[in-house]
Amino acid sequence: MHWLAKNVALTVGVAILRFMLRAVERRIAARGTRPASDPAERWLAVTVNAAPETVAADPQVRRLQDVPGLKVRLTPAPGGRSTEIAARFTGDALAGRTGPLSRIAGRDPRQPVRRALRNTKSMLETGEVLRTEPTRPRTPGGRFMAALARRSGGEGRL
Amino acid sequence: MKALCWQGVNELGVERVPDPAVLNDQDAIVRVRASATCGSDLHLIGGYIPAMQAGDVLGHEFIGEVVETGPGVRRLGVGDRVVVCSVVACGRCRYCEDGLWSLCDNGNPNSGMGAALWGYETGGLYGYSHATGGFRGSHAEYVRVPFADYGAFPVPDGIDDDAAVFASDAVPTGWMGAELGGVTGGDTVAVWGAGAVGQMAAWSAGQLGAERVIVIDRLRDRLDMAQRHLGVETIDYTATDVGAELRERTGGRGPDVCIEAVGMEAHGTGPQHVYDKVKQLLRLETDRPQAAREAVMACRKGGSVFLLGVFVGLVDKFPLGAVMNKGLTVRGAQQHGQRYIPMLLERMAEGALQTRHLATHTMPLRRGAEAYELFKEKRDGCVRAVLHP
Ligand SMILES: NC(=O)c1ccc[n+]([C@@H]2O[C@H](COP(=O)([O-])OP(=O)(O)OC[C@H]3O[C@@H](n4cnc5c(N)ncnc54)[C@H](O)[C@@H]3O)[C@@H](O)[C@H]2O)c1
Ligand SMILES: [Zn+2]
Ligand SMILES: [Zn+2]
Repeated sequence: MHWLAKNVALTVGVAILRFMLRAVERRIAARGTRPASDPAERWLAVTVNAAPETVAADPQVRRLQDVPGLKVRLTPAPGGRSTEIAARFTGDALAGRTGPLSRIAGRDPRQPVRRALRNTKSMLETGEVLRTEPTRPRTPGGRFMAALARRSGGEGRL
Repeated sequence: MKALCWQGVNELGVERVPDPAVLNDQDAIVRVRASATCGSDLHLIGGYIPAMQAGDVLGHEFIGEVVETGPGVRRLGVGDRVVVCSVVACGRCRYCEDGLWSLCDNGNPNSGMGAALWGYETGGLYGYSHATGGFRGSHAEYVRVPFADYGAFPVPDGIDDDAAVFASDAVPTGWMGAELGGVTGGDTVAVWGAGAVGQMAAWSAGQLGAERVIVIDRLRDRLDMAQRHLGVETIDYTATDVGAELRERTGGRGPDVCIEAVGMEAHGTGPQHVYDKVKQLLRLETDRPQAAREAVMACRKGGSVFLLGVFVGLVDKFPLGAVMNKGLTVRGAQQHGQRYIPMLLERMAEGALQTRHLATHTMPLRRGAEAYELFKEKRDGCVRAVLHP
């Protein structure tokens, strides 16, 4: 029970933080030339230090391109050294599944996409996805931290 | 195996933890020969850096012997005596290729935490909280070393463990401060903090052509050590007004480059220090930036300030106006060690760089908690305690 409460608190914390960041982003967007958009519809993107042909030929990228309702875009990054992979759900693929509650439940369809983008980048650049050593949480604080670390893996500025 | 663990704020103890294993193909397992205390650990021990978990193994400045390599390790071999950079970085992302190793895109599996704190996540660090990857530290019998071909460097024979160990963290950190701080021929450089990091920054400044180097601290034994081993000038900040003293010594100009090697737990003398202590206690600011403020104020017009000291979050009463109006360049970074370590090991082998004196205390790992007590309180002239498993 205790653990569950912590876990919920933590996810809500992350969600609130993200919400705040989004609010700021929207304000910035509103000031710029670009119209404010629904944050759920934003492109999630990573830049890979590899040529567009290499990225396009990667089996993980292909798999991402096959996800129903997911639009994937490959663009050479400015400067010609790397490639941007961006992904965005279209249509009603996200309908009602992007709120904080879906996030707590790990049911927001963007969560696996974020992780896949990150992992694809790491595989293409280094040939592996770095793993962490298991921890053995033994205090409520430790369990909280372990859960936060687990949850933070697929997140980040994406 | 045995390891020195963080058990809670200001609580350390040696515990039995599972032996590390190869988890990724490019990992190596290193048997630790020596592992040093670093000022950065104090920020973790004191609870100023969040994201620690009871049972986390501390330590990130270390030397050891490779005992196992994953199938993806090419350059390193079993039996190599290596110094390992405290930063975990892949060597192949854009940041690593540009020499900014501590900003590696692929070295930190817990990406979300750094992004929440700083806007973007940074690379990984050994034994330095879950925000920088949750990697187990080196105050242990064995350590897992990810991206081993990029982070572990064979040590030339003839440099003993207790000297070479500092090529892992303190020396490259100091070098980075002087180099990226832009030290060039004829400069006057001021360094805040006479710990191992500050001393190595002072040495590096001299190597890069500084004509005068002035080290600032309040600990007499450390200032004396810097004077004796590095031939630098010193200022005891409790005995004088640092800004006025620097102006006087620099013909009224101020130092060209100011290197801050103190960090978020700076001590101070005036009311500003009391103010910072209270705010930090109430968590209204995360860091006490006394030395950073002083460096910004003391720096000459158009000069450069480099922050080597670790800061995690928000500070108060930072003289931003001085940065803007004096046209300063302010930079900082966790060290990009992989870029400097081979060159620094060479200088050690040639005898141009001496570090052995920094290891004021050598102790067995089982006395780790006591070592940190000495180091934290700066008792008995402790500059670095080196632990031997
Ligand atoms: N950037 C990096 O990659 C990196 C690497 C290693 C260490 N560090 C950081 O560098 C800092 C120094 O590390 P260290 O191992 O030398 O620590 P240390 O604790 O041995 O030394 C800090 C020194 O600063 C002095 N000091 C405190 N307040 C001062 C003030 N107001 N003015 C001048 N001196 C003051 C202390 O007396 C002490 O001698 C720490 O913050 C550490 O976290 C950063
Ligand atoms: Zn350190
Ligand atoms: Zn990298």
